[in-house]
Amino acid sequence: MIYLFRLIARNTLRHPLRTLLTVLGIVVAITAFGLLRTTVDAWYAGAEASSASRLIVRNKNSLTFPLPLYYGAKIRGIEGVDSVSAAQWFAGIYVDKKNFFPQFAVDPRTYFALYPEFVIPPEQMKAFLLDRRGAIAGRKIVEKFGWKLGDQIPLIGTIYPGTWSFVLRGVYTGANSRTDETQFFLHWDNLNETLKKVAPDSANQVGIFLVGLKNAREAPLVAQRIDAQFRNSRAETLTETEKAFQLSFVAMTEAILLVIQAVSFLVIAIIMAVMANTMAMTARERRREYATLKALGFPVRFIAALIIGESLFITCAAGALGAWLIHPAAAYVGRKYGTIFPIFNVSDDTVVMAMLATLLVGLVAAAGPALQASTRTVSEGFRAAG
Amino acid sequence: MGIPYSYIVRNLWVRKITTLLTAGGMALVVFVFAAVLMLSEGLKKTLVATGSPENVVIIRRSAETEVQSSVYRDQASLVASIPEIANGPGGARMVSREVLVLMVLPKRGTGSPSNVTIRGLSEMGPALRPQVRLVEGRMFRPGTSEIIAGTKIAEGFQGAGLGETIKLGIQEWKVVGLFDAGKTGFASEIWGDADQMMQAFRRDSYSSVIFRLSDPGSFARVKERLEDDRRLTVEAEREPQFYARQSELMANFLNVLGTILSTIFSIGAIIGAMITMYAAVANRTAEIGTLRALGFRRHDILTAFLAESLLLSLLGGALGLVMASFMQAFTVSTMNWQTFAELAFSFTMNAGVVVQGLLFALIMGLAGGFLPAVRAARLDIVDALRAS
Amino acid sequence: MTAVVEIEHLSKAYQRGGQVVPVLQDITLTLQTGDFVALMGPSGSGKSTLLNLIAGIDAPDSGLLRVAGVDITGLRESELAQWRAEHVGFIFQFYNLMPVLTAYENVELPLTLTHLSRRQRCEHARLALDLVNLSDRADHYPSQLSGGQQQRVAIARALVTDPTIIVADEPTGDLDRVSAREILDLLESLNDSLRRTIIMVTHDQAAAECAHIVRHLEKGVLTDKIEYPRERAQA
Repeated sequence: MIYLFRLIARNTLRHPLRTLLTVLGIVVAITAFGLLRTTVDAWYAGAEASSASRLIVRNKNSLTFPLPLYYGAKIRGIEGVDSVSAAQWFAGIYVDKKNFFPQFAVDPRTYFALYPEFVIPPEQMKAFLLDRRGAIAGRKIVEKFGWKLGDQIPLIGTIYPGTWSFVLRGVYTGANSRTDETQFFLHWDNLNETLKKVAPDSANQVGIFLVGLKNAREAPLVAQRIDAQFRNSRAETLTETEKAFQLSFVAMTEAILLVIQAVSFLVIAIIMAVMANTMAMTARERRREYATLKALGFPVRFIAALIIGESLFITCAAGALGAWLIHPAAAYVGRKYGTIFPIFNVSDDTVVMAMLATLLVGLVAAAGPALQASTRTVSEGFRAAG
Repeated sequence: MGIPYSYIVRNLWVRKITTLLTAGGMALVVFVFAAVLMLSEGLKKTLVATGSPENVVIIRRSAETEVQSSVYRDQASLVASIPEIANGPGGARMVSREVLVLMVLPKRGTGSPSNVTIRGLSEMGPALRPQVRLVEGRMFRPGTSEIIAGTKIAEGFQGAGLGETIKLGIQEWKVVGLFDAGKTGFASEIWGDADQMMQAFRRDSYSSVIFRLSDPGSFARVKERLEDDRRLTVEAEREPQFYARQSELMANFLNVLGTILSTIFSIGAIIGAMITMYAAVANRTAEIGTLRALGFRRHDILTAFLAESLLLSLLGGALGLVMASFMQAFTVSTMNWQTFAELAFSFTMNAGVVVQGLLFALIMGLAGGFLPAVRAARLDIVDALRAS
Repeated sequence: MTAVVEIEHLSKAYQRGGQVVPVLQDITLTLQTGDFVALMGPSGSGKSTLLNLIAGIDAPDSGLLRVAGVDITGLRESELAQWRAEHVGFIFQFYNLMPVLTAYENVELPLTLTHLSRRQRCEHARLALDLVNLSDRADHYPSQLSGGQQQRVAIARALVTDPTIIVADEPTGDLDRVSAREILDLLESLNDSLRRTIIMVTHDQAAAECAHIVRHLEKGVLTDKIEYPRERAQA
C-alpha cells in the first residue's frame, strides 16, 4: 500500500508542468462551477429568506395595479388575521439608473413589527417615526453610497413624478445572513400626502398588503378567506404566502436560470475532457512501466489503482483548492454584482457538489486508461510502448 | 520550404483520442461562447424589428417604461396636435394614444401565472406597426370589447384563442383575431381599443402616445419642443431606441455573462491545448531532432507545432459552432426586469457569430500552442536525437 | 536434477493485418533446475515469444506448458500474476526500471507482493544490491545511473524474490562491450554459485558462450542444440 501511494505521489510530480496546468484548469472550473451555483442560489435567496407564515395580498390583475387603502381595515377583521401592514413600490432613481435598490413606502409602525428580521436601533427607529420625510436603509446600500445619518437622499420618481428628498434616520441590519440588506423604506403617509395634491387619483392606494397570521398553519385557509371577501369587487385580490409570491417572480426568469444551470454542468464536462486527456496521455506514456509491473507479478487492480489514484490525487487536490477558493471568489463577485443580488452566499451544498463533481471528473478521466491498461496483456504492452 | 502539412495532420490523426478530447473541450467552450453571442444577437434582432425609426414614442418624463408612465388626456391631445405628424391613407393623422397594462394570466396546460402585456390602441395604432400582420379572424372594432392576440399568446394562455373570451379588468373580452408579429416584442401582446381598456382598468390616463413623423429628420426639433413644453412633462424617443433602452439590463446581463463565461472557459481550453501540445513535443523529441538533422530550421518546427495547435483549435471551433447552430431551434422567453413583461428572443446565428467563434477558437489555439512550440523549436539537435 | 520447464508441442500464431502468422510451431523442450540456457536465432524466429510464454506474460495457442511444476496455460490472469511474482525474475533489454523510484526502491518493489515484513524486505533488497555491487548507489534514481548500472539494478530486482527461474531478454542488447561483460559475468556467477536457472534470449555470441545450453530457433522451429560442459562455463 505504501508503495502504491509512493508511486502515485511521485508519478504525479513527473511532469510538474502538466500536473500544474491540469490542477490550474480544474481549480478554475470548480471555482466557476461554485460561482454559477451560487448565482442560482442567489436567484432563490429572496424566496429562501421569505416566510411561509406571512401572506401577501395583491391585485389579481397584476402587481402593477394597486389596491384601495380601505381594504386594510377589512382584512384586519378577517378570522385568523393577526396584523396587517401595507407597502407600495416606489421605484426611484438615485443619481443614476445603475444604482438600483428596492424602495418601499410603508406604514412604519405595523411594517417593522411584521418583519423582525430587520433590526433597527430603537433610538433610530424613534427618529424615523418622528420625521415624516425620514427614511431607513439597509446596511449594504448605506455602506455602498457612504451615507450618514441625517443625510439628504434625493430620488427621482419613475412612477411618482418629480425629485423626492428623504432624510436618512436609521440603518437596519439583517437578523441573519439571508436577510436582504439593500432595501430602502420611506413613510407611506409622506407619499400619499403628496399624491393627494398632485395626483388625487393615485392617492389612498397601496401596492400590497402584508398579513401576519395568528397561526401559520392556517395560511391557505386565511388566504382563501381574504380572496373570497373581495371577489366580484372593483379590485379582486390574489393572496399567497410570501414564499409563493417570491417564487412566482423566480419562475418568470426561469429560462435564464436554466441557462446558468446548464452552463454550470458544461464547465464540468469541459474540465472532464481536459482531465481525461491528461490521464490518457499519461497512461499512454507509461505503457512500458505498466507492462513491467504486470510482468513482475503485480495484479491488474494494482495497475488500475495506480492510474485511478493518480487521477483522483490530482482532481481532489485541485478540487479542494477550487472549493476553498469559491468563498473569496463569491465575496468578490458578490461585490461586483452589487445590489442585483442582495444575498450572494455560498451554501454548503454548493461546496459539497463541487467536491463531488471533482471526484466524478477524477473517476471518469481515469476509467478509460485504467480499463485499457488492465486488459492489455504484458507482451502487448511492451510492443505498444516499443 | 516548411514541414509538409500532411505531417501535421497525420500527427493529429495518430493521437485520435487526445485530439478528440482536446478539440471536444474547445468545442464546448466555443459552443458556450457562440450561444451567448447568439442570444445577444437574437435580442438585438427582436429589438430592431420591434421599433421603426420614423416612429416616436412619448412617455411621461423619467418613467422609463410604458407601464410606469401616465400621460393625461389633455397632454395626449397636445402631443397629437403637432404639425410634424404624418398623414396616413385617407388623410388621417398617424398617431395613436395607447394604454398599456400587465395582467397575470394562467398558461394553458400548467395554469401557472405569467405576465402578459395588454395594449389599448387608437384606430391608427395597428397602421403604425406594419410588421404586425393579422393572420386569422379580423381586426377589433373601436368602441367594442373585442381584442386580437399575438399567435404566441393565443397558443400559450387560457382563453386567448380565437373565438374565446377572457376576463381582463372588470370586463369580458372576445378574441376576434390573431396576429403574427414575427420576432418583434409585439408578438407577446394582446391588443384592444384604448378607451374601452381604460374603462375596464379604471384608468383615466394613457400610458404613451405613438406617432409617425412625416419627415424623420425633424425628430430632434420635435423632441426639443415637446420636452421643453411646461404643460407636458414628457420624454420623446425614437421607437427603436426606446425598446433598446427597455432591454438594456437584459442586454448588459448577457454581455457580462458572456464575457465572464468566455474568459473562465477559455482558460480551461487553453490549458487543455497546452497540455496536449507539450505532450506532443515531449513524445516527438527524437522526431524533432531528426527533422532538424534533415535540415529543417527552428522556425519550421515552430510553425509546424503552431499549425498543429491551430488546426486542433479550428477543429474544436467548427465542432462547437455546429453544436451551437442547433440552438437556433430554441427561443428564450423570460421576464424583462425593466418592464416586468414577457420578453422572447431566439438564438440567432449569423456570419458575425461564426467569425467571432472561429477567431476565439484560433486565439485559444495560439495561446495554448505557443509555449510548447517554442520549446520544440529550441530543442538542441544532439540532445533531441538522443532521446528515446 | 528436476525438470523446471516442460514444453510439449507448443504452438503460437499472431494475427497480422488479417493474416495468421505462425510464430512458434510444435516446440518441445525440457529444462532442468540450474540450467543456463541461451535462446538464439535471427529476429522474427520466435525466440522472444518463447521466452514470454515461459515467463507467463503471453499465452500459447496449443500445447503443454509446465513451468515450476505448474501448468500455466490453465491459469487465469490474476493467478498468473501471482505465479509470476513467486516464480519468475525478469531482466529486460531496456532495464524497465520505474523512473520515479530509487535503485533501492526498485529492487524492493517485487517484495511488496510477498508477505515479508518491512525489515525482511529491507534485508533482502540490501543483500541483492550488494550482490550486484551497487550498495553505494541505493539512493540514486535510474536517470542518475549508467546503462550497465541500471541493468545491474534490474538483475538485483530479478533475484531478490528468490524466483524459480530468471528470464532475460537481450540483457546486453543496449550496452557497450565493457558493461555487457560485467552483466554476463554477473549472470554467470548467479548461475554458478547461486544455482539459479537462467533462460536468456540473445543475439550476442559472447553472451551465448556464458550459457551451457544454446538452443537455436529458426522460423518458429527449434533446430540444433549445443551443450557446453559446466567446466567450460567456469573456465
